[in-house]
Amino acid sequence: MARTDQYEGHDYYGVDALLSEDHLLARDAVRAWVKQEVSPIIEEYSERAECPKQLFKGLAEIGAYGPSLPVEYGGGGMDEIAYGVIMQELERGDSGVRSMASVQGSLVMYPIYRFGSEEQKRKYLPKLGSGEFIGCFGLTEPDHGSNPGGMITRYEDDGDHVILNGAKLWITNSPVADIAVVWAKGPDGKIRGLIVEKGMKGFTAPEIHGKWSLRASITGELVFEDVRVPKSNILPEVAGLKGPLSCLSKARYGIAWGAIGAALDCYDSALRYSKERIQFDKPIAGFQLTQKKLAEMITEITKAQLLAWRLGTLANEGKASPAQISMAKRNNVHMALEIAREARQIHGGMGITNEYPVMRHMMNLETVLTYEGTHDIHLLITGMDVTGINAFK
Amino acid sequence: MKQLVCISRTPETTANIALNGDGTDIQTDGLNYILNPYDEWYALVRALELKEAQGGTVTVINVGGAENDIVIRKALAIGADDAIRVDAQPSSAMAVAKMIADATKDGAYDIVYCGKESIDYNGSMTASMLAEYLGLPFVSYASHMDVSGNTATIKRDIEGGTETVEVPTPFVLSAAKGLAEQRIPNMRGIMMAKRKPINVVSPGEAKNNAVVSMYELPKGKGDIKMIDPDNMEELVRLLKEEAKVL
Ligand SMILES: Cc1cc2nc3c(=O)[nH]c(=O)nc-3n(C[C@H](O)[C@H](O)[C@H](O)COP(=O)(O)OP(=O)(O)OC[C@H]3O[C@@H](n4cnc5c(N)ncnc54)[C@H](O)[C@@H]3O)c2cc1C
Repeated sequence: MARTDQYEGHDYYGVDALLSEDHLLARDAVRAWVKQEVSPIIEEYSERAECPKQLFKGLAEIGAYGPSLPVEYGGGGMDEIAYGVIMQELERGDSGVRSMASVQGSLVMYPIYRFGSEEQKRKYLPKLGSGEFIGCFGLTEPDHGSNPGGMITRYEDDGDHVILNGAKLWITNSPVADIAVVWAKGPDGKIRGLIVEKGMKGFTAPEIHGKWSLRASITGELVFEDVRVPKSNILPEVAGLKGPLSCLSKARYGIAWGAIGAALDCYDSALRYSKERIQFDKPIAGFQLTQKKLAEMITEITKAQLLAWRLGTLANEGKASPAQISMAKRNNVHMALEIAREARQIHGGMGITNEYPVMRHMMNLETVLTYEGTHDIHLLITGMDVTGINAFK
Repeated sequence: MKQLVCISRTPETTANIALNGDGTDIQTDGLNYILNPYDEWYALVRALELKEAQGGTVTVINVGGAENDIVIRKALAIGADDAIRVDAQPSSAMAVAKMIADATKDGAYDIVYCGKESIDYNGSMTASMLAEYLGLPFVSYASHMDVSGNTATIKRDIEGGTETVEVPTPFVLSAAKGLAEQRIPNMRGIMMAKRKPINVVSPGEAKNNAVVSMYELPKGKGDIKMIDPDNMEELVRLLKEEAKVL
């Protein structure tokens, strides 16, 4: 039996006053959608390690794909803060559901919008926005994760086509995707983006099994064996690593908001549980050690909310630097993971079950800590930004 | 078809209500507000369904200050075409009904909807008073409605069953659960709502005939008494003497 989702938002510093009417409406709408569509089913799907595919359409209907892209290209015409609060509410439900939307909007629609030809935009974006097409983003390779620049996936010239060879690993949505935005090196050694379509000969996308994290999100490989891709499917407007990295900036920005949602859900559950659970004749919320946990949680959430809001304001002005985004992604995801762990303790033994969302969030956040640039890699980005010295290699 | 939906703003269902010192008013500090669910889920959505099937317009009206614009905007995001806000604090059902009637009497609306009650004061009065002020027939607690031509066939939940009534347009109804199903606004609707007009109008004359003198909160729940399973006599005694249920 699915539990009723009793979640309530928490806004200790009145950050809502910094949001506009449409941000608040967007947040409430997505919250209502998550309570209706995600909460009742998510524990079961997670337990079965199955992707709730019906949500792809639902996410499109609510408008979660590319909300800050222009309406004419299938987006929502909203600002970056609206995009942020939408990701926050989705991840409040589940990081995997948020990932379904982040990949589609920020890693598939965004590169086509930003670097695609007009023809590519018209062909793919409306269908991606409406959920008719599902997309995935292939950057990571078996031997190149934190160092994507070393990738070996490459393509050779073949008249009006190119021949693509290589493999990508850890690709969200890949087994169910209609198209993949794949980053590969061309004959000139430069990285370019290609739109590879399901059904192209030599292209397969097997599923990865055995994940203990992000279990409701489907992850797979992309394997290319002499795949003939029309040249018209190459994104014309970008060459080099900055192509994929600018997409990642978009998605990481959304994660910086999203992680707050997971943290809020854990805090909300822990706060309620601690007031109801009686030990030694009083609610465990009445013990100093529990209060320390709860007080520190809401303090960290409040700091993260302010960080995200300020980052959103900068993003709306076009001024959020990749390094600033790295800082917020790193801080907020780590904050959420710490809160999940503390919240798990407050729930005692119940905390390890699917009666409460905490353990699922905690396991999910292990992925969120690693993908889109690991916790340590983002630290090195900040380090490089403040010292001017590259410590990656 | 021209339809009008009266909408109000109410505290969230989970809000913790506190009173001021002498119990004459509710403390509003820190309360979160929502669009009254009976107005939103049932009245507004049924009006939109009829519009989608038969054409026409759906206007929403609210009596309140600018702080209510966000719930009005939500109604526009769900799909209403335009809105009227009567710029006055809603002090009583009678005053609200009079102000809505004054603002809309020349609107020639075919169907006027209210929720069956607002979930804060649960008065269930505005709709019937509005019908009286507008001089229109009134059907309360509508849980199903079909409209064909100028006739509406409405089901009402009554004790132990349902009653079906027919009423010619124009009329006023109050919406109960079942009339329609909640629609969550999507991002496109929210963005479109920004461009839809909220026409702010001044209130007509209205007076309050009934004045609230005091509010009281329910008493806190008593402690739980644990009784040894072997001591059935004590349980029976408590059920008889304290709980007084036997
Ligand atoms: C569920 C899931 C979904 C994913 N979805 C996608 C997707 O859709 N598309 C996609 O392209 N990728 C995706 N990824 C891949 C993800 O981005 C990579 O896992 C991530 O970038 C890390 O790469 P790696 O796993 O190869 O780890 P590695 O790069 O091998 O890192 C291992 C460890 O070494 C550390 N490390 C590496 N280099 C340094 C250094 N210079 N200094 C200090 N420490 C270092 C890292 O911080 C990490 O702790 C996904 C991953 C997961 C788990």
